[in-house]
Amino acid sequence: MSAGDTEALMGYDDVLAAYDPALGLEVHVELGTNTKMFCGCATTFGAEPNTQVCPVCLGLPGALPVVNAIGVESAIRIGLALNCEIATWSRFARKNYFYPDMPKNFQTSQYDEPIAFGGHLDVDLEDGTVFRVEIERAHMEEDTGKSLHVGGATGRIHGATHSLVDYNRAGIPLIEIVTKPIVGAGERAPDVARAYVATLRDLLKALGVSDVKMEQGSMRCDVNLSLSPKGSGVLGTRTETKNVNSLRSVERAVRYEMCRHGAILASGGSILQETRHWHEDTGITTSGREKSDAEDYRYFPEPDLVPIAPARDWVEELRATLPEPPAQRRKRLQAAYSYSDLEMRDVLNAGLLDLIEETVTAGGSPAAARKWWSGEVARRANADGQDVPSYAAGLGVGPAQVVELETLVTSGRLNDAMARQAWEGVLDGEGSPTAVADARGLQLNQDSGALETAVDAVIAANPEVAEKIRDGKVQAVGALIGQVMKEMRGQGDAAAARALILSRLGQA
Amino acid sequence: MAELTRDAVEHLARLARIDLDESELNRMVGELGVILESVATVQQAPTEAVTPMSHPMPLVNVTRPDQIRPSLTPQEALAGAPESDAQRFSVPRILDED
Ligand SMILES: [Zn+2]
Repeated sequence: MSAGDTEALMGYDDVLAAYDPALGLEVHVELGTNTKMFCGCATTFGAEPNTQVCPVCLGLPGALPVVNAIGVESAIRIGLALNCEIATWSRFARKNYFYPDMPKNFQTSQYDEPIAFGGHLDVDLEDGTVFRVEIERAHMEEDTGKSLHVGGATGRIHGATHSLVDYNRAGIPLIEIVTKPIVGAGERAPDVARAYVATLRDLLKALGVSDVKMEQGSMRCDVNLSLSPKGSGVLGTRTETKNVNSLRSVERAVRYEMCRHGAILASGGSILQETRHWHEDTGITTSGREKSDAEDYRYFPEPDLVPIAPARDWVEELRATLPEPPAQRRKRLQAAYSYSDLEMRDVLNAGLLDLIEETVTAGGSPAAARKWWSGEVARRANADGQDVPSYAAGLGVGPAQVVELETLVTSGRLNDAMARQAWEGVLDGEGSPTAVADARGLQLNQDSGALETAVDAVIAANPEVAEKIRDGKVQAVGALIGQVMKEMRGQGDAAAARALILSRLGQA
Repeated sequence: MAELTRDAVEHLARLARIDLDESELNRMVGELGVILESVATVQQAPTEAVTPMSHPMPLVNVTRPDQIRPSLTPQEALAGAPESDAQRFSVPRILDED
């Protein structure tokens, strides 16, 4: 079957009326260690091909692996953050298969004695409910090399004449996190899948163990899905959709497979247990290979590596290094900053919470921090295809500049319009807010005589508005402030103008 | 212990990507059977009082610090490859898999 073929789909509501979905999610996360899991090769992303390889990760005869201490430490911290038990005795195993992305012909993984098992992760759903996802296990393994298929039309393997392999990625530490079957989610299943991956991503980021960039493949998700007749409680045959690598795709892939399974089952067919390929562009899955004896991995204990038996006091030391769970932190900061749900959602969607927290820590107000980090800089970052934190970091702009800008406003030197101009100058690389204000001559006119003259002139020119304000319609003052500012060529202090107008009209 | 079947040998040969013809298959069933039988005598050892172990050495937690060590040069890395192209290992296309 090619990617262009479409399969019959059942309507989503019809699927839910007849079937219960069961989900299973397998997430692979690349650790951000300096070196690979079993050798001292560097792990820099995007390095020239085959420049980060050695006899161990190339599987040359006689080479012996040694476990990366930080790899084990990260695995334990991930396990603890997922409320798992940490094994007192854990082993590596060889997963045997023939595929050129692993030059050893096996992947060093873990089988029956993983480092962490039996945990859970609570995820917040869009409808405001919390869903508990049970974690089966988290185990240590290594990434594979990258193949480039040559001769095929689309870079895929079909039609390729040969493949070119780069082993820089082979051996990079991976943690595979596997859920137990997620049942009972019903119509929320796609949202549960998305929310789980999102929550896991935030958690791993907070742990500092990975950069969790789904678009660069440092976090990858496989989605298992099956349907069972409603209320039967029997798990159906599952399909495994591989490499679903964005949050939105996770949600779409679950929904698509539910509708595809539903159509097959309702027409009396049966689901083939197979891997499916996810097509980001069209939002569909297509058949991969059937589960067959090619997947008989003949696991056995890795004889070249001794067991890992983490001491209990070390595990407790690592537990003490766990960060505040991201969901808890979000709630705490939202309350502390008095952000509305909508404001908070925008802040989170734009990935601004860390920047805002740093800005507040540096002395900024939560309101100003949110305002300056979400306006012009967000627009520019977006146009540049980056998120705000990396865009700002690239410009060398950080919390200190926002705090300085806010101080220029609160000290009365700049009004809001001027502050916007100063901020644009900062983003244009013209220097600090103060330097930009100096260079551009941004300065509120603090000459009270000039303000009085302007206010009196505007009141005289607008007798009807003035009368309204005298009668208590204070909101009409806005129109007069605008004219005063115009009169002062934008350099007036709007707050001072407002106070003076109201006092002149007996409303102070 | 269970008899080694011809099907099992065929299955293993396929997993190991080893082509065996009919006569080779039949011979392997016999030869591997003898090896398994010999190894099976180990199972007669009295092990009731022995804790299972996964490694002959009484060692655990052997790790190395997360410090970068020099890698091979791409030239060294590719020196043993039958074919290479664009600084990558060139391998035959893989059939029936993706
Ligand atoms: Zn290496």
